[in-house]
Amino acid sequence: MEKETDADIKTNQEQGQPTPDNGNQFSRSRRRFFKLLGGGIAVTFVLQDAFALLTDPENAAVLQQASPKKVGAWIHIGENDIITVYTGKVEVGQNIRTSLAQVVAEELHVPMASITMVMGDTDLTPYDAGTFGSRSTPSMGPQLRKAAATAHAMLLDMAAQQWKVNKSALRVADGKVINTKNNKSLSFGQITKGKQLLKEVSESTSLTPTEKWRVAGTSVPKVNGRELITGRHKFVSDLKQPGMLYGKVLRAPAFGASLATVDLSAAKAMPGVVVVHEDDFIGVAAPDAQTAAKAIEAIKVSWNNTEQPSRSNIFDYLKQHANDGRGGRGSSDKGDVKQGMAAAYKKLEATYNVDYIAHAPMEPRAAVAQWENDKLTVWTGTQRPFGVQDDLASKFNLSKEKVRVIMLDTGSAYGGKHSGEAAVEAARLAKVAQKPVKLTWTREEEFTWAYFRPAGVIEVSSGVKNDGTLISWEFHNYNSGPSGIRTPYEVPNQQIQYHPVESPLYQGSYRGLASTANIFALESQMDDLASLVSMDPLEFRLKNLQEPRLKAVFEAAAEGFGWGKTKPAPNHGYGIGGGTEKGGFTATCAEIAVDPGTGDVKVVRTTTAFECGAIINPEHLENQILGAIVQGLGGALFEAVDFENGKILNPHFAQYKVPRFKDTPVVEIIMLNRKDLPSAGAGEAPIVGIAPAIRNAIADATGVRLKTLPLVPDGLKANLGAP
Amino acid sequence: MELQVNGNKHTVSAASDTSLLYVLRDELDLTGSKYGCGEGQCGACTVLMDGKAVRSCRVPLSATQGKQITTIEGLEKEGQLHPVQQAFLDVDVFQCGYCAPGMIMSAVALLETNPRPSEEEIVAHMNGNICRCGTYPRIVKAIKEASNA
Ligand code: FES
Ligand code: FES
Repeated sequence: MEKETDADIKTNQEQGQPTPDNGNQFSRSRRRFFKLLGGGIAVTFVLQDAFALLTDPENAAVLQQASPKKVGAWIHIGENDIITVYTGKVEVGQNIRTSLAQVVAEELHVPMASITMVMGDTDLTPYDAGTFGSRSTPSMGPQLRKAAATAHAMLLDMAAQQWKVNKSALRVADGKVINTKNNKSLSFGQITKGKQLLKEVSESTSLTPTEKWRVAGTSVPKVNGRELITGRHKFVSDLKQPGMLYGKVLRAPAFGASLATVDLSAAKAMPGVVVVHEDDFIGVAAPDAQTAAKAIEAIKVSWNNTEQPSRSNIFDYLKQHANDGRGGRGSSDKGDVKQGMAAAYKKLEATYNVDYIAHAPMEPRAAVAQWENDKLTVWTGTQRPFGVQDDLASKFNLSKEKVRVIMLDTGSAYGGKHSGEAAVEAARLAKVAQKPVKLTWTREEEFTWAYFRPAGVIEVSSGVKNDGTLISWEFHNYNSGPSGIRTPYEVPNQQIQYHPVESPLYQGSYRGLASTANIFALESQMDDLASLVSMDPLEFRLKNLQEPRLKAVFEAAAEGFGWGKTKPAPNHGYGIGGGTEKGGFTATCAEIAVDPGTGDVKVVRTTTAFECGAIINPEHLENQILGAIVQGLGGALFEAVDFENGKILNPHFAQYKVPRFKDTPVVEIIMLNRKDLPSAGAGEAPIVGIAPAIRNAIADATGVRLKTLPLVPDGLKANLGAP
Repeated sequence: MELQVNGNKHTVSAASDTSLLYVLRDELDLTGSKYGCGEGQCGACTVLMDGKAVRSCRVPLSATQGKQITTIEGLEKEGQLHPVQQAFLDVDVFQCGYCAPGMIMSAVALLETNPRPSEEEIVAHMNGNICRCGTYPRIVKAIKEASNA
């Protein structure tokens, strides 16, 4: 066995590394690290994270020092040739299980099949703040690449040492190091045999240049595709534990309601039923789901309701309850908008209203919770397994080491599963029942008690000179959020503010965050300004735009669509919209058709150009763009959460319309591959162009300039007047 | 009650008004069929009953008596994927894949009655199945591929 040397272990407190004081503890930790992983070599991005593996409370203090900002990842190369990647990132349909494995396979020169990804398990993977904001590709991707490249270099060094040859005589292929002089080879496992080396990624590691990629940059199929199409993949809602009970929670009839009286006796009398009542939480666990539902029905309960805002007055409510937003997140000032407006040739003021919408992932929230000797294990579908671990630890007053959260590849999220409600509820029930409990939210619960994309009011006042250059831009967003709030266009006088509001409905993250709202307003306003100065909408945008990457996607989308080449047929219209978000640049052109009799609007075709740096997996990128467009279509045309006095009125797919096969236009996708630029995530940005493109196409067809999202939940009939 | 699933006969203890979906998932541990709404609105629970696509969340156990149920678990034969599964795999259709079993079962039912459907027929037949990840055009492509296979 190779002797431990200090050279293997850098000690640097600044990087959260072990100090000489806890060096002993460190080597102990290291031994346990390998006990868990097996011998071989391991490369960690943040060495500190290695301690996250340890469930020993004596190391808790060391753990606490780890900066949550740092993204952790480890790669372990075992004596059995198995390469295991540990990351706290999670798979929710964005295919990072595949794309992250691709970058590792690339740098290590191994086949995809030799890589196992261990993801989102708080006992096994390093801390990760969460899978959101399209951060996995730009931050985790490069770090795993570096870790893999570091491992690659280590393997070369070790082989060179073993053979006593110069490294330059060696090359790596197919999971082996080959001596080019005599064609002898050693598998990675043979090289790492008997070793226990732990190394931190070095920032200076050189990476395979994009032009030389062989695995990254290609359409490697989804790694667990077969599990999904055979029904074998276990989602959390599919799990079963021995002795498991089925949970159900009694829900309040409306937001803001509190318990007045409750009679649990009938439910408690049911055989096998466990009833939990703590404060306002009432839930049951029963041997089967039907019994659990019956037990909930058997509970007699009355509620105190408080008056709550309704959809009919939500936009007034948001304006009235807004913070003034000065100096807040997303606010920016430039020049003087008063002077700008005074100098304008044409002015345009408008108010846009954006409804709350639901993520409606096909797999509703679910969790299985199990207590064993004071240790809580919860399987749940969340974008923040470590966040849910925190929630559980504080809820049950446990140290984090006593809580394990395991995230199985989940039935999607779209920014809607940052939280762990089902996890906490299942754990409460399991604790009292002293048996594992599974809790799966119903569709109605998911539509009611999850959180929504925020509603918002956006006020824009803008001015343009007679040559079509923008001179003034004032933009206020109430409640939606600051993402995408800044204009990408050149305007000398700007005032931009986001005004937060205490939302009456639960609200949170969504695909593209507030940029779906902000860029909708921005790009609608741009179109109307173009029309005021009688310019082509594309030409007007390009005239006021410098950002070359955004220009490039506008031009590519227009070219692909045939913008300016043809005139739309009668009752058809063309529209364009685009923007930038999370390092991605997108532009969409849309053709719509309006039925003049019924007022029905149909999106006929769309062309979207998208650029997010170097493409890692073209097929999966295209799928993400497609998904964003289809989801964006729903929010653009008809999705809206309806509510009255704290009650959600449309918590079913029969009432809350989502895009279906029939709503889907012909979707053309143009991907610009910028191999010279770092890869950015793509799950979010391509959603932002579709709503304004459709809105502007409706304006083109009918002259009706809509200012709400959704645009046409009931068609256009009311706007078209009597036929 | 008895239930014939994927060629096997099961005796189940659930009450006759229990939905087929619950019996499959909770009692027989055939969890390939998914819950998406429980209201016949999303198609995630689609299975075949005597070869016809049904929403198992809306089918009471009593209605399955004497019928042959096929679920996603019953498509693969001796490690050989059903041609529809193979086409979906080849096209690499899905994102999260939660809708996959329901989509595939609906597609199998379609191709059984109409081996060469037009695009309009595919869209009309599949419209009851929701893919919230928005993979619809890829599903249409896979069904076309399967129909040409
Ligand atoms: S679960 Fe049966 S149709 Fe949705
Ligand atoms: S792939 Fe996620 S719902 Fe269809």
